[in-house]
Amino acid sequence: MQDWRDAKGPFAAIFGAPALWLLAFFLIPLAIVWAYSFGRPTGLTDIAITGTFANYVRTADPVYLGIFAKSIWFAAITTLLCLVVGFPIALVITFASERGKALLLLAIMLPFWTNLLIRTYALMAMLRTEGYVNTSLGWLGIGPLPLLHNNFAVTLGLVYVNLPFLVLPLYSALDRLDKSLLEASLDLGAGHLRTIREIVIPLALPGILSGLLITFIPALGSYLTPDLLGGPDSQMIANVIERQFKRANDWPFGAALSFILMYLTFICIAGQGLLARRREKAGAV
Amino acid sequence: MTAKTLIRIEGLTKRFGDFVAVDDVSLEIGEGEFFALLGPSGCGKTTLLRMLAGLEMPSEGRILIDGADMSRVPPNKRPVNMVFQSYAVFPHMSVKDNVAYGLKVDGVPAKQREARVYDALALVKLEDFAERKPDQLSGGQRQRVALARALVKRPKVLLLDEPLSALDAKLREAMRFELAQIQDKVGVTFVMVTHDQDEALAMAGRCALMQKGVLQQVATPSDLYEYPNNRFVADFIGSINLFEGRLAVDEPDHAVIQCPALDTPIYVDHGVTGASGATVWAGIRPEKIDMVPRHGEARPDRDGASAGHNLAAGQIRNSAYLGSETVYEVALAGGTIVKVLRSNTRRYEERGFDDGDAVWLSWHARSPVVLLS
Repeated sequence: MQDWRDAKGPFAAIFGAPALWLLAFFLIPLAIVWAYSFGRPTGLTDIAITGTFANYVRTADPVYLGIFAKSIWFAAITTLLCLVVGFPIALVITFASERGKALLLLAIMLPFWTNLLIRTYALMAMLRTEGYVNTSLGWLGIGPLPLLHNNFAVTLGLVYVNLPFLVLPLYSALDRLDKSLLEASLDLGAGHLRTIREIVIPLALPGILSGLLITFIPALGSYLTPDLLGGPDSQMIANVIERQFKRANDWPFGAALSFILMYLTFICIAGQGLLARRREKAGAV
Repeated sequence: MTAKTLIRIEGLTKRFGDFVAVDDVSLEIGEGEFFALLGPSGCGKTTLLRMLAGLEMPSEGRILIDGADMSRVPPNKRPVNMVFQSYAVFPHMSVKDNVAYGLKVDGVPAKQREARVYDALALVKLEDFAERKPDQLSGGQRQRVALARALVKRPKVLLLDEPLSALDAKLREAMRFELAQIQDKVGVTFVMVTHDQDEALAMAGRCALMQKGVLQQVATPSDLYEYPNNRFVADFIGSINLFEGRLAVDEPDHAVIQCPALDTPIYVDHGVTGASGATVWAGIRPEKIDMVPRHGEARPDRDGASAGHNLAAGQIRNSAYLGSETVYEVALAGGTIVKVLRSNTRRYEERGFDDGDAVWLSWHARSPVVLLS
């Protein structure tokens, strides 16, 4: 392949604009927020950047640590449930006919293309006390059950919202598998479940892991779902951050919380990278 | 067929929508045979093999293996193992684990498993590679893994899907002999799919030639070559000159065919048992045609030439020197091109023939094969 360094002009022309965009609208604002996190509010809108670590120290307060823990718990349980629900879906799509594949992928993507707010309100309509789930249960003489404004509703909402993030990478990992490997496993006497356990899952593992990460990260930073579906005890970290920037008007502390969340994300990505490298090394022996 | 029948295929048909991939095939394969399914791509041979493996279910008909109806039995319950065209070696397992997989699945105890795995690896000469991962193996070695992995299960039938197609020419040659040797050693019935006639003729005891899902002929390699059933078989196996003609004389001990493309009729030394006057095709292999220089009108004194048949005058159009032999294209008076093969038995051969030379072509009365369809 030709090295871009041999063609500096075209390279600069193509990548200059996006690089500038990234700098102006991502890196610089991020740097400003980062600087805020070392500051202190001095007036209604004024912030003095003093280099203090006080904001970070405050994030270690048990209240906030609890909320971080709760967020990680929500994100983890969401990711796990997405895997349990998504793996069979991805398998079905992989082995569907060409037409079936397109239809099923569309069915997965369709909610994804609908506005998150609308989807969340739809869930609320479904789950509220007079919602159709409780109405249906009422006919059977059950309920009404408390389905909305609690941790259950948040988890359900997060699984619903994040499922495509897991199904799509899973599907692409499974679809890449050489189908003759599965046939060979059957031919050698293994049943379907054993083939999935011994051939499909080990070979699709890199795809499964990156799918888990891709699901976990946005779930960890969820804002709207816990805000609308959650109860008083189901706040996630993004809700707290929002409150610091708005009601509490404490931008420096909000910025510090944001960066802690970002560092958590970085740790997850680094962890996955390390795992992938170790697998690669193990495979090369 | 000497041994007892191991595989009996009865009226087997496979349709994919409107497309008939395998059309009413009936076939018997004996125990210990090396059987080849031969045909151009898309002829249904691979579908037939996959139905034997259980990877496709037949639309109609039955497959019996060792007397048991296998038509609806899933692949993991059949006494059959397959070597896939892509080898399908599990990339996340070592060579040893690949070979052990089928035994592990069957619940063979670890100790016994170990011994059988090493026997199988020894059979394919891969003992020293047991701990390697497939990505550290060459294509030929990966194929050996696939072979060992299938044979270690001691199947009644080993299926091979285009086993040599992915190997380079030299290795392919060597593998041909080795596969035949392994088959001799283990005595398992081999059923191989190939599009390569040389491969089928060199390795198989019997071949089935298929076209468009239909079985054209089942015979030994030499019968397939020397006594083809029809024009498709004659043309697919090797090279042949086909002359369309009319059956003029048909006696028990000889027949005469009038071919518009030839100056003299074709005389064969056996009866044809076709309707007199029927359209038939006479096929003559290029190596069975004799070629001598032609000077003037004097006919050569060869074969039946003096009797006024099995002779044609022509002119060399083209020649292709292939090292051990030369193929000449000879144009007859009517424009028909006839292929003639000469062995280059001597070096620098006073080859005698050049493009443009006038020649006589003649052949023995035993040489033409008469085809009714």
